[in-house]
Amino acid sequence: MSSLAGEVGGLILENPVMLAAGILGTTGASLRRAAMAGAGAVVTKSVGSIPRDGHPGPTVVPLDIGLINAMGLPNPSYREFQEEIDIGKTGGIPVVASIFGADPDEFASIASGLTADAFELNLSCPHAEKYGAELGRYPEAVQSVTKAVKARVRVPVWVKLTPNTADIVELGLAAQDGGADAVVAINTLKAMAIDIESGYPILGNRFGGLSGPAIKPVAVRCVYDLSSALDIPVIGAGGVSCFVDAIEMIMAGASGVQIGTALQRGYGVFGEIIEGLSAYLERRSMRLSDLRGLAMRRT
Amino acid sequence: MSPKSESPSTLAKSVDATILAVRQETPNVKTLTFDLSLDPKAGQYLMAWIRGLDEIPMGFSGPREITVHEVGQATKALANFEPGRSLGLRGPLGNSFILRGDNILLIGGGVGIAPLTFLGEAAKAQDIDVTSLIGFRSSADVLFKQRLEKLGDLAITTDDGSMGIHGFASAGLKELNLGEYSQIYLCGPEPMMWDILSRSKEHSGKIQVSINRYFKCAVGVCGSCCLDHEGIRVCVEGPVIMADRLLNSEFGKYRRGPSGSRGSCRG
Repeated sequence: MSSLAGEVGGLILENPVMLAAGILGTTGASLRRAAMAGAGAVVTKSVGSIPRDGHPGPTVVPLDIGLINAMGLPNPSYREFQEEIDIGKTGGIPVVASIFGADPDEFASIASGLTADAFELNLSCPHAEKYGAELGRYPEAVQSVTKAVKARVRVPVWVKLTPNTADIVELGLAAQDGGADAVVAINTLKAMAIDIESGYPILGNRFGGLSGPAIKPVAVRCVYDLSSALDIPVIGAGGVSCFVDAIEMIMAGASGVQIGTALQRGYGVFGEIIEGLSAYLERRSMRLSDLRGLAMRRT
Repeated sequence: MSPKSESPSTLAKSVDATILAVRQETPNVKTLTFDLSLDPKAGQYLMAWIRGLDEIPMGFSGPREITVHEVGQATKALANFEPGRSLGLRGPLGNSFILRGDNILLIGGGVGIAPLTFLGEAAKAQDIDVTSLIGFRSSADVLFKQRLEKLGDLAITTDDGSMGIHGFASAGLKELNLGEYSQIYLCGPEPMMWDILSRSKEHSGKIQVSINRYFKCAVGVCGSCCLDHEGIRVCVEGPVIMADRLLNSEFGKYRRGPSGSRGSCRG
């Protein structure tokens, strides 16, 4: 396992495979369970400044190729959430707090009100009014939010980017200019499903975000472009379901990978990916750093 | 699938079902029968999509029926569905009760009787002896009395004494020797279940409990239903959980609401 240890976005991790934001991250106990299952770090459910119940159901549409969700940023507010982070910490790995706000000040006040090993700024949720990608699609907003949070905290700050834009690299550069320690790519792709029996959009929110295997090739391309253009690390997320996907992300330039939708198969997915990754490296007598960005060097 | 199984059976997509019949069980409980069966096992649930309003979890009270207690906006809307109206169903979801031995006891309260009745009928079909202890607020709320009487011995409690034994369901425990039963199945309001569990801890290794938490995704990823302190994903690893796993959990103490905020497990 030691071959997988290293630094990812300013954190020292046992392995680069993390729990993604929004997945099994509402309770400290579920974060700890991900840690016990082998995750190198966990990212919490996004928390904001006031409690939100989230969108009405259905909140997910299961598809063969992934999931469409519109949870709607349900959270108990950051004030109530510190306890869950503290319980999550008993898993013995870094806990990254995902936070969202409507402007730089709101982000900064949440970050300064929480104690976590790092922050991930949700500038990319595609289905919550005033939040997420509604700010995160503007490079100026990405930069100013990042800068405001960096000014208030001493721990690493990651920025999770939206793929619902013409040029994700522009957003990544804005995060870098704002002082981000890493970017995370990608959040879900804006999507919709309609029930043909009734004509109703299935999601309570009508539209949501697509995750899972369907978006992996999009995520790989985003990670590749970002890694090529940025000086800060890129963490890959989007449809990673097995160690092969993780290797592909790392070859595209990712320093770490986050797992979300694949958790539908249970927490065992962490062990599968970590073992697969270790065995692959051992078989080829390679180190993780040999894989990172390999695709960029193959010209 | 055992109550401890970690993964969902299959990914259930929404199917369109039509209501064939609506039966008024009590003043605020109705049973809806569908035109199709999702082939559920007793203890499993479905997500009922009331189009334009919400999607809510409902336990099966039979192979092609659910029993709805009108408590909120969505359950009220569902209970007012007329025969011929359609809705989306996602299921069957979650694990199920597992029949063990040849002499079982069902303990239920309120609409929690629904999955137990389904289980009892499946047990009876396999020649398993079925005893039931069911509790309600009042005689007007008594549910599935006839269905359960057909299965075997039945004891009823009412909080106000208007039928059967006066008191909570636990008042009926005195009449029973829990040691006699090969397996005990429990479903009802959380304070009632906790009351029963705390009085029968020595039997917790043979009590299967169907519990309720805030389900949103129902596919085990969103985390809203996770149960402290193990982090059990109730929507896929439950809703049936062995009592010995519940004794040191949040069960009976608190539960999380839609925001993830901790609140009372009453009501």
